[in-house]
Amino acid sequence: MEQFGFFILLLDATLRVSVPLVLAAIAGLFSERSGIVDIGLEGKMLGGAFAAAAASYVCSERLAAAGLEGLLPAAAWVGLAAAVSWSVLLALLHGVASIRYHGNQIVSGVAINILMSGLTVLLGIAWFSQGGRTPQLPPGGRFRPVVWPGAEAVAEVPILGHLYSELLSGHNVLVYLAFLAVPLAFWVVYRTRFGLRLRAVGENPEAVDTAGISVAGMRYRAVIVCGALCGVAGAYLSTAQSAAFIKDMTAGKGFIALAALVFGKWRPVPTLLACLLFGFLDAVAARLQGSFDLEATTPLVRALVDAAPFVIEALPYALVVLLLAGFVGRAIAPKASGIPYVKSG
Amino acid sequence: MKRILFAAGMALLLVAAVGAEEIKPAVVFDMGGKFDKSFNEGIYNGVEKFRMETGIEYGEFEVTNEAQREQALRNFARRGYNPIIAVGFGQAPALDKVAAEFPDTSFSIIDMVVDQPNVQSIVFKEHEGSFLVGMIAALASETGKVGFVGGMDIPLIRRFACGYEQGVMFVNSDAQVYQNMTGTTPAAWNDPVKGAELAKSQFDRGADIVFAAAGGTGLGVLQAAADGGKLSIGVDSNQNYLHPGSVLTSMLKRVDVAAYDVFKTAMDDTWEAGIKDLGLAEDGVGWALDENNDSLITDEMAARVEAARAAIVAGEMSVHDYMASNSCAY
Repeated sequence: MEQFGFFILLLDATLRVSVPLVLAAIAGLFSERSGIVDIGLEGKMLGGAFAAAAASYVCSERLAAAGLEGLLPAAAWVGLAAAVSWSVLLALLHGVASIRYHGNQIVSGVAINILMSGLTVLLGIAWFSQGGRTPQLPPGGRFRPVVWPGAEAVAEVPILGHLYSELLSGHNVLVYLAFLAVPLAFWVVYRTRFGLRLRAVGENPEAVDTAGISVAGMRYRAVIVCGALCGVAGAYLSTAQSAAFIKDMTAGKGFIALAALVFGKWRPVPTLLACLLFGFLDAVAARLQGSFDLEATTPLVRALVDAAPFVIEALPYALVVLLLAGFVGRAIAPKASGIPYVKSG
Repeated sequence: MKRILFAAGMALLLVAAVGAEEIKPAVVFDMGGKFDKSFNEGIYNGVEKFRMETGIEYGEFEVTNEAQREQALRNFARRGYNPIIAVGFGQAPALDKVAAEFPDTSFSIIDMVVDQPNVQSIVFKEHEGSFLVGMIAALASETGKVGFVGGMDIPLIRRFACGYEQGVMFVNSDAQVYQNMTGTTPAAWNDPVKGAELAKSQFDRGADIVFAAAGGTGLGVLQAAADGGKLSIGVDSNQNYLHPGSVLTSMLKRVDVAAYDVFKTAMDDTWEAGIKDLGLAEDGVGWALDENNDSLITDEMAARVEAARAAIVAGEMSVHDYMASNSCAY
């Protein structure tokens, strides 16, 4: 029973860790399915994280000054809105560079990553003078866990009660949003006219153009969706999982999300599973390290357990390399991905 | 006679001029910046105190990437700043180079040893301070399980972990200490999300107190403890105020005193190169008790910790130093 409880907590951690990956990967899916390669997921997430933390802090300060503590939860939503807007702006920047001006999409994406890594710290120092950090948010100004009805009551019920109270209940609203985004993305991409056209511009833009649909228009819409989802991921990092922005706090999550997207072969459900796998490994690594009495074991076992977290950290990238090298099935990117569409005369 | 008087007058003037000789100090902060609420902020508080007391302005620079360290140190030295404080172990290779180029400039490095004739290396016996907060953790823990979250996996952080573990075991030899390191690159100092997750993983395993020695990452650890209704232990500066009632205590590294002393001794012309190893006996390390945590620390706890501190200072007890043997076998 104790082991079951431990396992549930492990899955619980998996969900928490996977959320930014899921959101960013689905964001990337929309962009890449339309033919725009997006290596700037990391930068957009980072920008979103900063915008969310800065806006919710300023907003909660104002509310507290006006004596409206009751309205504090609104600050978190203001932060979310700021994150989404800022990230969408960045996505449009990438869009203009790669759609309007047929620029190199990798260069533009990398530029966004570098820009955000520097600009967030610069603005942070200028506005809050805390070495590029934003001040800590008050508890009310963040996304707090939502306890589902009856979670307390059934917590003692074996297995099912455990599942309900630990795994399903007690996350913040952005977690549920992230996991709703996946079936929604599936439905949009495969079951709607927008989705059909989205896939078509990513595979064969000439055909779409011939059918009288604007390729540029479709691609702009795709990068906007991508920006919005990256913004939510950023807000999750700085206003739900922690309570402030710290420089470079995304710590490579955008790239892991990209790896998950490739691993999931640009399809929503396999991408979700890849994100969950990476999240699960991360959660296991945190629990592996330093939890055994290693003095009694051999030096080799000790070295292996010591190294495990760092091997697991590198695993997403290693897996993608293996996949792209053709060892594990095949990953075929959308055919027109990365190629600017130039209307032929 | 006139001549003698004149000579005496000149000599007096000269002495007065020497006595009032103004120093032109500088400090190069490490990554994380001077308001990191931790290590760098401690230095900042120390040099600010010096500025307030003496009115002497100091040059400062906050490095934001590896390459800037050497540039910043060399720029200050070239512009005649003296003494110059290099903050953090990461500056050691840069300082080693620059100190050799400017043999007449006095440099002090904090947290690392650089073997140059014009460098003063200030290091702390972190294991002694960590031992005391380990004792406090064990005394306050209800589950007998406590955690440690380190930043980048380097011997210095292992030294914190090892001292902490010894302190815990000293109070309760059946206790369990979970140890997690955030990563192996400097990014591990700035990953509060990972820090929070590591802390939660320790709480899931039954820990009810976690000690963070992880720079900016530690803020995530403290936050996770406050969110989860557990206790945390801060590091370097007094972090008790960050989450009053949730931060059990802080392992103090008096980098503020060290930085202040560098400027002060340089002004009094008593600055000396060499290694300064500051432990409990020198008040270089300690634990924090203030209005934010006095409800968490009982008199009995404080008495036991103070007794251990006195024993260590008196040399009746010693804490094993991880860096002496590169292992935590004690």
